[in-house]
Amino acid sequence: MAQRSVMTVGASMLVASLALAGCGTRGEDSNDTGGSTGGSAKVAKIGVIAPLSGDLSALGKGIQHSVELAVKQANDSKAIPGWTLEVEAVDDEGKADVGKNGATKLASDDQVIGVVGNLNSSVSQQTQPVFAAANITQISPANTGPSLTRGADGNSRPYKTFFRTCTTDIAQGGFAAKFLIDQGIKTVATIHDKKTYGQGLVKYFTEAYKAAGGTVVAAETINPDESNYAPVVSKVAPSKPGAVYYGGEYPQAGPLSKQMKAGGLNVPLMGGDGIFDPKFVELAGSTSNGDLATSVGEPTENSEAGKKFLADYEAAKYPEAAAAYGGYSYDAANAIIEALKTSLKDAKDPKSARQATVDAVGKVSFDGVTGKVSFDEFGDTLVKVITGYKVEGGKFVSVKSENVS
Amino acid sequence: MTEFLQQIVNGLTLGSLYALIAVGYTVVYGIVQLINFAHGEVFMIGAFGALATWTVLFKGQTGLWVLPIMVLGAVLVSVLTAVVMERIAYRPLRGAPRLAPLITAIGISVFLQEAVRLFYPGAKSKLSFPEIDVVTGPGIAVAGLNIQRAAVFTVGALLVSAALLWYFVNRTRLGQGMQAVSQDPDTAQLMGINVNRIIVIAFALGAALAAVGGVAQGLLNSNIDFRMGFLAGLKAFTAAVLGGIGNIQGAIVGGLVLGIAESMATQFIPGQFGGSAWKDVWAFVLLILVLVFRPQGLLGARVVDRA
Repeated sequence: MAQRSVMTVGASMLVASLALAGCGTRGEDSNDTGGSTGGSAKVAKIGVIAPLSGDLSALGKGIQHSVELAVKQANDSKAIPGWTLEVEAVDDEGKADVGKNGATKLASDDQVIGVVGNLNSSVSQQTQPVFAAANITQISPANTGPSLTRGADGNSRPYKTFFRTCTTDIAQGGFAAKFLIDQGIKTVATIHDKKTYGQGLVKYFTEAYKAAGGTVVAAETINPDESNYAPVVSKVAPSKPGAVYYGGEYPQAGPLSKQMKAGGLNVPLMGGDGIFDPKFVELAGSTSNGDLATSVGEPTENSEAGKKFLADYEAAKYPEAAAAYGGYSYDAANAIIEALKTSLKDAKDPKSARQATVDAVGKVSFDGVTGKVSFDEFGDTLVKVITGYKVEGGKFVSVKSENVS
Repeated sequence: MTEFLQQIVNGLTLGSLYALIAVGYTVVYGIVQLINFAHGEVFMIGAFGALATWTVLFKGQTGLWVLPIMVLGAVLVSVLTAVVMERIAYRPLRGAPRLAPLITAIGISVFLQEAVRLFYPGAKSKLSFPEIDVVTGPGIAVAGLNIQRAAVFTVGALLVSAALLWYFVNRTRLGQGMQAVSQDPDTAQLMGINVNRIIVIAFALGAALAAVGGVAQGLLNSNIDFRMGFLAGLKAFTAAVLGGIGNIQGAIVGGLVLGIAESMATQFIPGQFGGSAWKDVWAFVLLILVLVFRPQGLLGARVVDRA
């Protein structure tokens, strides 16, 4: 009998450990930065909510430091007389539930007036309502899921407080479809990770690709917690696609690219902005040459403003690079700061100025590092530039940029 | 047909990996009736041990000759972890109610994961595993099938390990001592067998095989991370139960069956419930079916009922 009871306990332990693994907090203490509180100046906080730990932390840390840079510059130039800005960074681990808790924490802080984040569309879906309820402006530098600003029907804005400085997957999927057709690749297999971002990207890509005359010969999914994709690769390989279009992020895309080539599927893997990171090439190894990616906007270093941003970022000596969304995060923070110039002028505390800030952000218009920063009636940016990249000699090289408005 | 054979190849690869880890669960269970949930972490630490060996000694090298040394490094680190774990965490609880060591095992599992995450440089996100000549790179085409190079290593490693293990258990004095302790620890002790030593050896054996598995997974998936032991450990534990826990052949058969079931489910179950998204579900359905109709596992559990 003793035998059986051990097995029963074992089974329940198994369940318990699954649950444990789900809720472990991997956050690190967030650092408040952004200059000292000088004199009797009142303090308003700009929140950052992004994955600061875990697989996507390379992107998240870039977002955090770019916002810190914008806030530091605003404080140094005394952009808002009588006020000092601070950055409050919260880790969302790239997970929806953790993100929601983090958003609640920021929303309950009366000094928080605007937030830059999240990185993942699936996380923003959960944080949008939290910030909307508190009237806090939320500007995402990286959410490309179209429904976040346009609702499920594509034509009704769900939250008035949500804006974004990057363009959407409709533009990105369309560009990718055309890019492949132009290269003479008429058949693809699609794979996505079942998350909001990956699923949406593949959907918009598929629509555009079929419209342009291409054929999708296989459509598969992977489980993002797995790291062995050999069965999926074997399933896709017999349909002989000319390329694989992957909807998801680099922690899975890198190994997938490598396992595709090891599994006899010697075709390029193409993905969206989620795989556009040096870490992709590192994980995909030496067989990643020829893989393709699209990303929003032009390469930051192509414009004068972008160069200055990167130089300032360099000079500030942050431990992590600005990464793919640095420029967008910097612009997002500056959009909030621009709005605060009017909304905080006569305000007595940040909480009462929240609504005025939301209204003011909708009206901002200035030249940022990624182009003109201004928002349409949905909260989307008016700049819809996409750039195609190719892996050559172990790094991403830009192939062409196009405005796909 | 080609697809069928291709998925058999994939399944055998994945299954060999599960089997390498499952042996550790089963050997320890056969001797101390403990489900060592930290075993998945021993596997993970093996992979990190191999990566560390490569980084420290051979960074930049891709020659095949570094592989045996990486495996050796992995085995050393894993065995050390398992032995220290047994000494510090499990031995003081010998004779305690069975729940205590089980909870301890989960505690150690979390501890080891966090330790690697915090102290191994760069382990907060996925680390890429070195590319080694011959065993990584483009697949080999054989009769229309594609064989991953790392798959050859994985299956080969299982064959060699299983042969050595069989020899050790059946042909050496220590191995026979292990069998004796597994049958009746009290009598074995009376016959002059050092039970504590046998238990340490059981932990070390499991750890050595798991370490080889860790290297195999690194080569197969091209990356490792501190969470890799959780899912792999869970699957290997499933494999051990599937084959009959306590039974070494059972663990190997269970691993292979589980791996093939997963691959087949990816390929051949059509529609909404098919594809790789549902393969784990089908693998566990298989486990439940086996446990309902054959509770002792495929090959039968080799445990002594000490009422």
